[in-house]
Amino acid sequence: MSPKLASLLDRLIAPALALALAMAIGHVLILVAGASPPEVFGALLAGTWGNGYGIAQVLFKATPLVFTGLAVAIPYRAGLFNIGAEGQVVAGALAAGFVGSHLPTAAPALVAVTTCVIAAFMAGALWGALPGWLRGRFGAHEVITSIMLNFIAMALANWVVADFLAQPQTLHTAAIVDGARLTRLGSWLPAFRGSAVNTALFLVPVVVAGTAWLLNRTATGHQLRSVGLGARVAEASGVPVARVQTLAMALGGGMAGMVGVNFVQGYKGYFEDGFSGGVGFMGIAVAMLARAEPWLLIPAALLFATLSQGGLAINALVPKEIVDVLVAVVLVVAAAAGARSARREEGS
Amino acid sequence: MSAFLSGVFLLQLLRIAVPYVLAALGGTFSERGGVINIALEGMLLAGAFGYVLAAHASGSAWVGLLGGVLGGEVVAIGLAAAVVRLRADAIVVGVGLNLLALAVTRFLLKLVWDSSSNSDRVPAFDADNSAVGLVALVTNPVFLLTVTLLALSPVLLNRTRFGLRLRACGEHPEAATSVGISVTTYRTAGVLLSGMFAGLGGVWLAASQHQFTDGMSAGRGYIALAAMITGRWSPLGAAAACLLFATAEAVQMTLQGQGTGIPTQFLQMLPHVVTLVTLVGFIGRSRAPRALGKAR
Repeated sequence: MSPKLASLLDRLIAPALALALAMAIGHVLILVAGASPPEVFGALLAGTWGNGYGIAQVLFKATPLVFTGLAVAIPYRAGLFNIGAEGQVVAGALAAGFVGSHLPTAAPALVAVTTCVIAAFMAGALWGALPGWLRGRFGAHEVITSIMLNFIAMALANWVVADFLAQPQTLHTAAIVDGARLTRLGSWLPAFRGSAVNTALFLVPVVVAGTAWLLNRTATGHQLRSVGLGARVAEASGVPVARVQTLAMALGGGMAGMVGVNFVQGYKGYFEDGFSGGVGFMGIAVAMLARAEPWLLIPAALLFATLSQGGLAINALVPKEIVDVLVAVVLVVAAAAGARSARREEGS
Repeated sequence: MSAFLSGVFLLQLLRIAVPYVLAALGGTFSERGGVINIALEGMLLAGAFGYVLAAHASGSAWVGLLGGVLGGEVVAIGLAAAVVRLRADAIVVGVGLNLLALAVTRFLLKLVWDSSSNSDRVPAFDADNSAVGLVALVTNPVFLLTVTLLALSPVLLNRTRFGLRLRACGEHPEAATSVGISVTTYRTAGVLLSGMFAGLGGVWLAASQHQFTDGMSAGRGYIALAAMITGRWSPLGAAAACLLFATAEAVQMTLQGQGTGIPTQFLQMLPHVVTLVTLVGFIGRSRAPRALGKAR
């Protein structure tokens, strides 16, 4: 076997093992809940890839997961573990909702859409940069600081919305201007009608390609990866480690902020308090299954989006919480098995 | 101001501090052995669920206590297997175990109590949770256990053969190995101790509410981890930092009860802000075990 093929196989072992174990545990949990595994898995597939609406919903749910997957993957390549995507999502979405609802109604669509996308990215980036800077400047571990910032972001968003921006009797902002709204794909493709999947989907390949290019083809990306491979060696060879760590977290936070594009501009048309519902944490599983490789995030996000949408289809048979268990199992096993094959690559 | 000097405030502070102290002590044993323990959050949650499940099934708070410790240990075994045995990344696995504990408790909550928010009421050590006085606190077995464990932890870590060997594994695993100490065994023991301690912290959380509510650990494991770092990985230092964070939470609850002009959201985030600021402020003066997070 050629070395290249062997290394590819080696890298596929961890994700394959994770998925196989998750399937096995899924079987057991379904039996525990008193249902039949073939029936449940059948319903899961039928409710997702079995019809146009299901496919559209999977695509709609995969879009934010690619963004939060990138939010974890980019800092991970710099040796940082961003578990603050949940708060960065809130920051980005609130910014999209705030800016979108304050634009002049006559703003041309291109200008309005772009302004909101930039606002979402920048707000997420700022919220993400903070734990990166605290790590680089003070050495405060980003896992603790970013989770504290999740709680703080949610409380702040709740305050801003409840006390200043909310429409009467609701917890959401005013509607964004029509020009800032994205088109639902259902208006072109009759099969997708009824689903919220929208043109934010087209941002996915652009953003993934941009990230892959940045990481693999630019000096910044090279610095970022060298910090990930060993901060002290990078420091010794002249890489400004603290700045790179802040940048990596800012980029990740910005990606998380883009979830707001899909939700605010593509779906609801306003920011709603408490909408994020765990996409930030699911992004961790997406990134780990994809081994933090940008292009692999897409199939990983599709898989978790299938589970997430499928959860609704199987809820009549088994508690849909079963899906959360499977996601976490994939994360733990991918992490545990991934460490082994990574060491094998080092030859130890 | 007088509200903060009253006995009621102090009692509330102590009650809030118990799960933090237990989780932070547990984290100290794990990390002094060299294993980063992000999974404290999941241990607290699994401990709380284990308590409620066992107390519900048996009708006894004491059986519940065992169930809670067992709950914490389930997570600890996962962490030890992945990190000590398989040498996986402790931080990724730890966060994964936290999410797994959250998901499994949600699933079981639905299965056992058909609810997505809370369990039925279960027995606890006090007859009802209106008993908040001094007597109720000092006769609470979990509180007494916490005080005892807090007193014993520095002795165990600094004065016993087990503690010194555990620390050797956290500071210099090669040296420990060269004198015949099994690093795997000691690190596993450190992690299992943390599961017991944090599981007990979960018992306190669930028992003081007589029920399990979804996600009831609410970030306390991460705050306890920050307390452990702030307290420089020493049991008493960690406990002192826990008292500081518990004070922030007690102040928040008192102010919320009084109805000041401060928006409630600012009060809610007070413990998290205090944790963040303290962690950043103390980090430079804190030295981690030398081989923390390193395989041998």
